[in-house]
Amino acid sequence: MSDLAHDAAIADHPEHESTGVSNVKLGMWVFLSSEFLFFGALITNYLLYSNRSGFEGRYPADVYDIPFTSVSSFVLLMSSLTMVLAHNALSRGDQNGVRTWLFATAALGSVFLGGQVFEFTEFVTIYGATPATNPAWSAFYLLTGFHGLHVAIGVIMLLTLWGISRRRGDLSDKQGLNLEMVGLYWHFVDIIWIVIFTVVYLISVPPV
Amino acid sequence: MTATAQRPTTTVFRRPRSHTGFWSWITTVDHKRIGIMYGYAAFSFFVIGGIEALLLRIQLAQANSEFLTAGAYNALFTMHGTTMVFLFIMPASAAFMNYLLPLMIGARDVAFPRLNALSWWIFFFGGIFLYSTFFFGTSLAPIGPGGVTGNLAMGGGPGSFNFIASSPDGGWFGYQPNAGPLYSPGTAMDYWALGIQILGLASLVSAVNFIVTVFNMRAKGMRLLRMPVFVWMTTVVAFLLLFSLPIIAVALFMVTFDRQFGSVFFASTAGGDPILWQHLFWLFGHPEVYILILPAMGIVSEVLPVFSRKPLFGYSAVVFAGAAIAFLGFGVWAHHMFASGITPVAQAAFGLATMTIAIPTGIKIFNWMGTMWGGRLTLNTPMLFAIGFLAMFTIGGLSGVTHAVVPSDWQQTDTYYIVAHFHYVLFGGAVFGIFAGLYYWFPKLTGRLLNEKLGKTHFWLMFIGFNLTFAPMHWLGMQGMVRRTWKYPPEFGLGPWNLAVTIGSFVIALSILVFMINWYRSKRRGVASGMDPWDARTVEWMIPSPPPEHNFTDPPVVTRLDHFWHLKYDEDEEGRPVRRAEADALLERLEHEGNNPSSPIHLPNPSYWPILMSVGIPTAFWGIIYHTNTWGKALIVIGAVVILTSLIGWSIEPLEEPHGDDHRDDGSEHDFAEVGSGEESGDGVEDV
Repeated sequence: MSDLAHDAAIADHPEHESTGVSNVKLGMWVFLSSEFLFFGALITNYLLYSNRSGFEGRYPADVYDIPFTSVSSFVLLMSSLTMVLAHNALSRGDQNGVRTWLFATAALGSVFLGGQVFEFTEFVTIYGATPATNPAWSAFYLLTGFHGLHVAIGVIMLLTLWGISRRRGDLSDKQGLNLEMVGLYWHFVDIIWIVIFTVVYLISVPPV
Repeated sequence: MTATAQRPTTTVFRRPRSHTGFWSWITTVDHKRIGIMYGYAAFSFFVIGGIEALLLRIQLAQANSEFLTAGAYNALFTMHGTTMVFLFIMPASAAFMNYLLPLMIGARDVAFPRLNALSWWIFFFGGIFLYSTFFFGTSLAPIGPGGVTGNLAMGGGPGSFNFIASSPDGGWFGYQPNAGPLYSPGTAMDYWALGIQILGLASLVSAVNFIVTVFNMRAKGMRLLRMPVFVWMTTVVAFLLLFSLPIIAVALFMVTFDRQFGSVFFASTAGGDPILWQHLFWLFGHPEVYILILPAMGIVSEVLPVFSRKPLFGYSAVVFAGAAIAFLGFGVWAHHMFASGITPVAQAAFGLATMTIAIPTGIKIFNWMGTMWGGRLTLNTPMLFAIGFLAMFTIGGLSGVTHAVVPSDWQQTDTYYIVAHFHYVLFGGAVFGIFAGLYYWFPKLTGRLLNEKLGKTHFWLMFIGFNLTFAPMHWLGMQGMVRRTWKYPPEFGLGPWNLAVTIGSFVIALSILVFMINWYRSKRRGVASGMDPWDARTVEWMIPSPPPEHNFTDPPVVTRLDHFWHLKYDEDEEGRPVRRAEADALLERLEHEGNNPSSPIHLPNPSYWPILMSVGIPTAFWGIIYHTNTWGKALIVIGAVVILTSLIGWSIEPLEEPHGDDHRDDGSEHDFAEVGSGEESGDGVEDV
């Protein structure tokens, strides 16, 4: 518990006018606010092209495998739960629990990535849909691809934390690459996926 | 569970230790040194971009000139614009922000010192990446329908200018599909798209860093509305960067994917939409304009009160006007696209929105004039540049309002009138502001004054040269001279003014030469400035010049706006400032204390990781351009491995080594505060 008390002491740093949120955490929030614009632009791109008529070939909405993507979405959502459990373990000072849940989160993230690789492969091999097929497919691959890249970076950070914890067993919320910051990032990536899954996969408007 | 105190310092490298010489600069995390490096790099690119402009002006000096080919002309105006925007004004502003932000808010460093070094090195290698196009890039002629080569002569120019053939030639705005794979084959536009991507990343990292610094690191009592206007403008710019860069990042990724991986975002043959690029580009590009000008406005807001010996008139109005400009700046992008066929409703809406920007801008201009009104003006070089800024920026602002009127804009689109306008706001505005800042803070940087005589020569040459260069462009534009054209026939009668413009551009070049001589000489032999040469108002002047590595021995406890001024001055019954009797003693005490901290102060240690990580990015990006080759793929892998290794190395390296083993002999080591268990110093929490 003293970790958290210590953290609070830093937040109310007597020498500074401060928001009370630690630098790393505030920095991550600020960065994520930028990321919303990044994905906002990508999703807008997709929406602009997804129902434009007159493109050659199929449209992405014609070939989505909703049951499959629902399952992989569920897996990703569960990884947010394990992330919370990891953070909870950290605040209880349970380093073993931290390691277990960090690894579980990374594993679930990897399963999601595997699902995405499978999905892309299916689209390319069965339907012949590549980024060159038409602008709607370009937008689909760019959007989901960048989301996948974000998940992959998250997995790398989780595994790094896991490795540090294994070697030194002293994870805390005060290190630079700390669990709370990675947790924020991870939840963000999940939330964005909820939006993508809803807007891109579930609500598909036929071309006009 | 306070296991953190004895955290082992496992790192791959031994921690760098040098405090002087080459390696100290490579590994530094000191915001002041980073600011200085930004400054010199930006100025170097200013000179390069200026030379490009001079070549353009030689070509245009007379009708039907054969000095440059069309291709070389395209390449030069593209690189001139890209360089001045991304490699000069932005990093020059970053130089001021880095150097001054912590000093002005009474902090020892920024929130994330290593991240700050990372932004600088990403910028540096991004600039090298972009300019490496001159050595590696290719810019081929477009292949028309049926394999017919396009009618534009391939790059190149007379004699030694042939290497220009290998640089981007699609304009700094990179309009699609012209800059796409079909009409701009070769790799030069890839260097452009990926180069700007890297530079954007550097700015994004800085933006996060500065925002956290402003919100978490201010000295006690430095409430938000006691911050100097420059700090406010830094904050506003950081938010602009934060929200506009992701959009251009997406757009540039789309271009890169179109060019490298066969996607068809902007390929009109496959149904791609060229107007989408314009929207995305200007949705970034218009906020970018304020990213360029707001730091200069902040600088001028610092300089004018000091040399008018009055507080800034309407401080909060100036601050909120800056924020309002930034906010409105996101809603006006389509005024760059009035001629692109957007609907009349959109034109009316964007025209009106554009006009509203004149309101906060006008507020600022009148407040600056109000600051000078009735003040005791000292017309030395920084003040001259600040007043020059005010006058020139106002002219540029007024011509800007004429573009907001849609029918008028249709006449002006793609003419030299537009070129005149944006040079009045960016050169007459941002660059004059930057020079005002350089003259004003040079004593802070070096402890010496820049030579006044040379400074005034510089100002008047630049002022005359600037107006000779850009004022006639208004008339040329009105006569119908179009932008981006390398030739005009003699019978159009454009020759005389074009010659005047070219002469003016060389006068500007001469003035810059005077500045360089002044800088070089004053740095060595300038008059010693002491701590407070301008009788300044803000807290960065409360410490010795040049500042000690730890900035503040005891961070100030701020009691009001213009804290330093009020320590030195009282008011008489009529509100006139009266210097306090103890002011001189105070300065002496501050200077002595600043140089001689009573207890050791701990600062973040230098690190190899920022530079190493930033090397990985251009490496991978070079690989992307040549990804069809094996060695291209190898470069991507190498770049990724370097980035990943640095990430891991970085995250296991503590910001500061445990105390005790890094005290230097000169006694200038330090401790942030008595907070925490020694390992944690609050000020410099770790970062990624």
